[in-house]
Amino acid sequence: MKQELKFKVNGEERELWIDPKTLLVEVLREELGLTGTHWSCDTGACCCCTVNVDGMAVKSCSMLAMQAYGREVTTIEGLADGPTLHPLQQAFIDNWAFQCGFCTSGQIMAANALLNENPSPTREQIQLQLDGHICRCTGYNMIQEAIQDAAKRLQKSKV
Amino acid sequence: MKNITNSFEYFSPKTLEEALKLVSQFDKEGKDFKVVAGGQSINLVMKQGVIAPEAVISIKGLSDMDYVKFDEKAGLKIGALATHRAIERSSVVEKKFGVLAEMEHNLSSVETRNWGTVAGNICHGDPGGDVAPVLIVLNANVKMAGVKGERTVPAEDFTLDFYETALAHDELVTEIQIPTVPPNTGVAYTKFSQVVGDFALASVAVAITLDSKKDICSDVRIGLGSVAATPLRAKKAEEILRGKKITDDLLAKAAQAAMDESDPTDSVDASGEYKRELVGVFVKRVGKEALERAKKA
Repeated sequence: MKQELKFKVNGEERELWIDPKTLLVEVLREELGLTGTHWSCDTGACCCCTVNVDGMAVKSCSMLAMQAYGREVTTIEGLADGPTLHPLQQAFIDNWAFQCGFCTSGQIMAANALLNENPSPTREQIQLQLDGHICRCTGYNMIQEAIQDAAKRLQKSKV
Repeated sequence: MKNITNSFEYFSPKTLEEALKLVSQFDKEGKDFKVVAGGQSINLVMKQGVIAPEAVISIKGLSDMDYVKFDEKAGLKIGALATHRAIERSSVVEKKFGVLAEMEHNLSSVETRNWGTVAGNICHGDPGGDVAPVLIVLNANVKMAGVKGERTVPAEDFTLDFYETALAHDELVTEIQIPTVPPNTGVAYTKFSQVVGDFALASVAVAITLDSKKDICSDVRIGLGSVAATPLRAKKAEEILRGKKITDDLLAKAAQAAMDESDPTDSVDASGEYKRELVGVFVKRVGKEALERAKKA
């Protein structure tokens, strides 16, 4: 039997009826059409599907959507300000931090949660935050460089 | 199949009393139900179709039980809804129970630690869980509640078999209690896995308490993970060290005893024989680290 789910997605209040077995990633992709959140390994081992729930990085494939009730979810679609990309997105482009792009939205959302609580993380802190994220293309260095670059851009924009 | 295929009724009680009433009622009705906190283990098992409950009770919303408290007398109290991340980042845990934070740093990924709970981890009863061996050597107790009342069991007796625990169907874990670490005590932990944050092929925790001269081992606890049907306390290995001055030779004997006590199975990652070897290596290595820490404590 369907149950009501009320939550905030990318700043917008959402109300929908879902089967409670539905995972958060299914609601985002299939009910709300937010396909920027990718879904890959099926076992919680790749972190590809990472979104932010109340500011925390969480795997949307490993969480029942009903547990998001009353909470605030941010996906990759929620970062850009109109046509202007978020500094993390722009830094990923400028630093060649992705090739195929499949893991990218998860990497960026994990980095977003990190930068929200720690505006200038060390390289080691970035590695610890991202150690569950699997990328088969870029070899991780450029991803870490992009996050450090984004941290600098974000700090500059606040001055 | 990536999604959960079987549908279930979903309940999200707002208070512990409400949750206990539900589990008690469902238990009496013989309903196949599952209690979910963060669901970081159980959702995966549901996806795999290993379990297909008729009802799921999410206790994630019981925020009253999301706490980490400490005082010298009572020790550390971890509420049932405290996440791994809360333990990892707690300054009092870092200062007084550093080994818990060390264990958490390497438990899966940040994403899992943000949503998954410490109590949920032990309730899952996975012999490969990271939390149990450390709780065992820290002499922790697990507090449970039912409609009839509360009871407490030592962490070392909590897991009964593969994915089976001492928790009755009509009970919930409410708190994990860890006594203050005694003076002159060092605690260390290591897990060995193929990939960072993956399940352990073997994990070893050791707590050593030295006498007031910091010479003789007055007490010792050794916890093993992933190498038997349950997390294990290597009591025979402990006996070899207790009351003695710990030397490399003695640690090697204890390591051999721990290898004999463990009963690992073959898996896709490694043979049982290899896992048993790991136990030997890590009892020596982690034992030595715990001893060094006890000397500095």
